[in-house]
Amino acid sequence: MAWLIVLPLGWASLAFLLGPGRGAVAAIIGLAAQLWLVADLAAAVSAAGARTHAVGGWGAPLGIDLAADGLSVVMLLLMQAVALPLAVYARAYFAPGADESRYFWPMTGFLVAAANALFLSADLFNLYVALELLGLAAVGLVAAGGGAPQLAAALRYLLATLVGSGAYLLGVAALYGTYGTVSIATLTPLLAAGQAPALVWIAGGAMLAGLAVKTALFPFHFWLPPAHGGAPAPVSALLSGLVVKASFYLILRLWLGPLGELAAAAPGAGWLLALLGSAAILWGSFQAIRAAHLKMLIAYSTVAQLGYLFLIFPLLAAPSAAQAGVMHVFAHGFAKAAMFAAAGALIRATGQDTVAGLAGLAERLPLTLFAFGLAGLTLMGLPPSAGFLAKWQLIEAALAQGYWFVAVVVLAGGLLAAFYVLRVLRQAFLSAPAAGALRPVPRTLEWTAFALAAASVLLGFRGVDLLALLAAGGAP
Amino acid sequence: MTANELLPLAVLASSLVPGLVIFTLPEAWVGTRSALNLFGALAKLALVGVLLAGVNEGQDYAVRYEALPGLDIAFKADGLGLLFVTLSALLWLLTTLYAIGYLEGSPRRSRFFGFFSICVTATMGIAMAANLFTFFVFYELLTLSTFPLVVHRGTEQAMKAGTLYLAYTLAGGTVLLTGIVWLHHLLGHTEFAHGGIVAALGPQAAGQLKVIFVLLIAGLAVKAALVPLHGWLPRAMVAPAPVSALLHAVAVVKAGAFGIIRIVYEIYGIELAQSLELLTPLAVVAAATILWGSLRALFQDDLKRRLAFSTVSQVAYIVLGVTLFGPVGTVGGLVHLVHQGIMKVTLFFCAGNFAETLGIHKVSEMDGAGRRMPVSALAFSVAALGMMGAPLTAGAISKAWLVEGAYAAGMDWAAWVLWTSSLLNAAYFLPILWRFWFRRTPAAWPHERIAARGWRETSWLLLLPPLATALATLVAGAFPHIELSPLDWARLIAEREYAPR
Repeated sequence: MAWLIVLPLGWASLAFLLGPGRGAVAAIIGLAAQLWLVADLAAAVSAAGARTHAVGGWGAPLGIDLAADGLSVVMLLLMQAVALPLAVYARAYFAPGADESRYFWPMTGFLVAAANALFLSADLFNLYVALELLGLAAVGLVAAGGGAPQLAAALRYLLATLVGSGAYLLGVAALYGTYGTVSIATLTPLLAAGQAPALVWIAGGAMLAGLAVKTALFPFHFWLPPAHGGAPAPVSALLSGLVVKASFYLILRLWLGPLGELAAAAPGAGWLLALLGSAAILWGSFQAIRAAHLKMLIAYSTVAQLGYLFLIFPLLAAPSAAQAGVMHVFAHGFAKAAMFAAAGALIRATGQDTVAGLAGLAERLPLTLFAFGLAGLTLMGLPPSAGFLAKWQLIEAALAQGYWFVAVVVLAGGLLAAFYVLRVLRQAFLSAPAAGALRPVPRTLEWTAFALAAASVLLGFRGVDLLALLAAGGAP
Repeated sequence: MTANELLPLAVLASSLVPGLVIFTLPEAWVGTRSALNLFGALAKLALVGVLLAGVNEGQDYAVRYEALPGLDIAFKADGLGLLFVTLSALLWLLTTLYAIGYLEGSPRRSRFFGFFSICVTATMGIAMAANLFTFFVFYELLTLSTFPLVVHRGTEQAMKAGTLYLAYTLAGGTVLLTGIVWLHHLLGHTEFAHGGIVAALGPQAAGQLKVIFVLLIAGLAVKAALVPLHGWLPRAMVAPAPVSALLHAVAVVKAGAFGIIRIVYEIYGIELAQSLELLTPLAVVAAATILWGSLRALFQDDLKRRLAFSTVSQVAYIVLGVTLFGPVGTVGGLVHLVHQGIMKVTLFFCAGNFAETLGIHKVSEMDGAGRRMPVSALAFSVAALGMMGAPLTAGAISKAWLVEGAYAAGMDWAAWVLWTSSLLNAAYFLPILWRFWFRRTPAAWPHERIAARGWRETSWLLLLPPLATALATLVAGAFPHIELSPLDWARLIAEREYAPR
């Protein structure tokens, strides 16, 4: 388990020393090894239940405990499975010796290490450390893009991420002050035991609010579109597909664990999140429909898609709600990475980033457009994609509890997604004379985007396995 | 996995796999692509033959795959499904031949044939779906895979039509999905079964069931092009002729009509649908569609648009047949599912021939076309007469059973609607025939691309498919009682639906 954190740190340092060329190879080998480790861990967890590992042989409370249950393993799997093809993509994307790629590989390594640490941490303070590292690595990746707009976006992102983790840390401190522990396993029964004092309520609120900022929940999404839309394509794919999911994972983990009792006592909190989520779906889709630039369109689509995740909170009484959330995280992770990867290839070919400039590309880059379409299928929640299964479960959970409102939002969101995905496809299918020759696109870019998109659709056929893995080890 | 489980999957794969391979083929590999297409179509036909023989012997073909706990993708081969499967498989072969001839030398053919094969796969999935969930999966696949075909030409007009098509069908799909999830929530499953499944919910669910019925039918009515949800169909006629022929005359609109049949007979059950008073409103909508489609067809000068409005009208015959409570009407509706398919595909093939060979698209340009292209005009005339319900054509059989069914159900007004529609059909088809055969040939055709050689008025590949379907129209009309004729088959299905349980 610890290898999942050590290994990316190792190849990150190696990449820093070796430079981008050989660093990329190290990263790809490292990620492949990590994927194998996660698969091994997944097999172990589904066979024998949740596992813990005391780092260095010192158990908690003295040392650090790592814990892996179904939810952790699913997130780890997503992380490595998406990061590996993206690494292959990035290696072909960055021209050899390009300035922006010098920091890409080390930063990515730190990012992956931080995310893996986050998914494996069993106490609130370690979670904070991982969260902070993850945020800083992500900001670094955006800033490494180089230009002034990227720097401005990165600063905005930095501000948001610091405020978010600051609020979270405040909450952790208050909990520690009250109960004298930060271990999730110890805290959960303590919080459930009796009347929580006001300070604990404030702590819970601060933690949730901070994490919501980091997950770019409407109206805290202001930092996401410029950061994700402005970064180089592999970075956008990593951030939109994976990084925002990490803080969502933490919300879900807290909600189902230590904060569960508070959430049950204040159903309004869940509804507030769902309401903001609905607003995110509508506002994000609306902005995506209006966006003139392809990457902005995709970034706003992320804002909208993240909204779905928050719809599950008032519905958690039905087990299918949490499953729908995780399924959506998985589907969107692959699809959004694929979409940004495809966008990167399109931009590489045309040399510009407007939706209008895509006319006639369906004929010249069919594979990339196909990848974009397949990813779009997942975002629209159409069968047979995993996005469809998530949508189905979410609607069913909503209907089972009589919350029509949620079902309507989900269905309407699907149509809005169709709107902005089709804007792109429609333009690409126009047989307009392309303005000037296309620049050559490495085949690797096209194929990795396609592989990610195909995975997001074909995952729909492995829904049962994913849910079985999630349920393994007594996941929340 | 046993052979009986594999067979339905093989029927799907016989078009899916060639389709996916075709996507990867370079544009210039015409021979390989055509060979793959024909191999797929023939293999599918052979597999369907095996399936038919097996079902005849009482074999059970069913396969399921768990998509989510309690939610299966499931296929089965039953009489109703096989009726649609066989129709699609036969017409796919003919349309593939036609399309190879029609698109000769035009760009983007790999993309075209790839998506074309996926469309057929989706149609097969719709036909063999064993529950509403599976039906929906393929229903949406059909929507998405038709879009690239509608916009195939890439013009601004094609884009507008394609966007409109998607707006209609995706919105319809959303409404349909709402109904399906709701039903699944109430019942815990959505398996198709003779006599329906919702009766298990008891009378207290009647209110909800009515709302769900409206949702399901409204979602399907978009594809079936029932008024007022038919707006996309005439506009989608910008697609190339093979697309209009197979997809808009057969696959897409039939998917909607077929879904309505499944909902009425195998989800609700005809008795329950009748007792919930759901059939009469649907019959009124179908009747309105029949009349409105025919009326609008009268005023179209563009041949394909006229045919499109005719489709709007004719597909509603099927729905009307379904709503006529009683076996006779059911037979009429089911048999028309097949008959309308072969007749309409003929008409579109011929319209494509005129456009491709002579460059004429409008009814007003058809003067003397029968003398220049007698074979196409003859096939067109046979199919048009069939649409009017002339004796010895397939259309006569459908219409006779439908009218009989209307009287049997005590819905005399429906019979009047059918008679009026026949008159209107004559009013918009006969002038075309008149122009074909009795008006003088113009000095020059607008855009003559293919020269006549002997009696071969255009290329073989364009000529044989409409001849075959026109012949089928006559055979189905003249010998309706032979074994395995559409009528024979429809009666078998209807008998089972109304058999006492």
